[in-house]
Amino acid sequence: MEFFAELVISVLIVIGGLFTLIGSFGLVKLPHLLMRLHAPTKATTVGVGSILIASMLFFWIEQGTFTIHELLITIFLFLTAPITANLIGKAYLLRHVDPHEELPHTGEKEGWATFDPRHPEEYPKDPGKLPQEEARKTD
Amino acid sequence: MIEYALNFAFVCAGLSLLINLWRLSFGPTIADRVLAVDTMAINGIALLVLYGIGRATSMYFEAALLFAMVGFVSTVAYCKFVLRGDIIE
Repeated sequence: MEFFAELVISVLIVIGGLFTLIGSFGLVKLPHLLMRLHAPTKATTVGVGSILIASMLFFWIEQGTFTIHELLITIFLFLTAPITANLIGKAYLLRHVDPHEELPHTGEKEGWATFDPRHPEEYPKDPGKLPQEEARKTD
Repeated sequence: MIEYALNFAFVCAGLSLLINLWRLSFGPTIADRVLAVDTMAINGIALLVLYGIGRATSMYFEAALLFAMVGFVSTVAYCKFVLRGDIIE
């Protein structure tokens, strides 16, 4: 039983180490940022997740104390990974992708990065006809 | 047996931290560097938890949790700065 528990813990630790390495290797190997965003999610979910399960099992079997601290870290990482990926993608779209040439139109005022700079044609040509200016004139 | 697995995982986490450092130094865009820092925080969490298993103390979980939180907040703050030029508007 002791040997079986050690085997399970060791296999989980090896899987975690391998997946963290694979995630970082993908970060170097993949050619484009929007592809590179995909690779470290493996390190987040399988890598850190299996290491945390291994540590939970280790402290349960070796010391007899059952803790769920590790699950807290796992839940936090699972919740925050999509948010960071979304924000990094938005920053990339804003800085390095032309919203009027390379992307389809969103159908709304804002572009894909939400805070896109406006196209020059969308600015009003005559600043005297801005609605704030007219409101000020009537006062 | 756990010691061998731990050594293997230490080597893997160290190698991946080095690879992330390469991406952080030579990343062609800002978003690449932010992504590299985010991945470095996650690998740091893995390294801390592994060290906790090796030392058989549960003292390092708080540090790992803090790493997760600070890594997330710093990534969001940097992306917000790139997007808007300001963090708290």
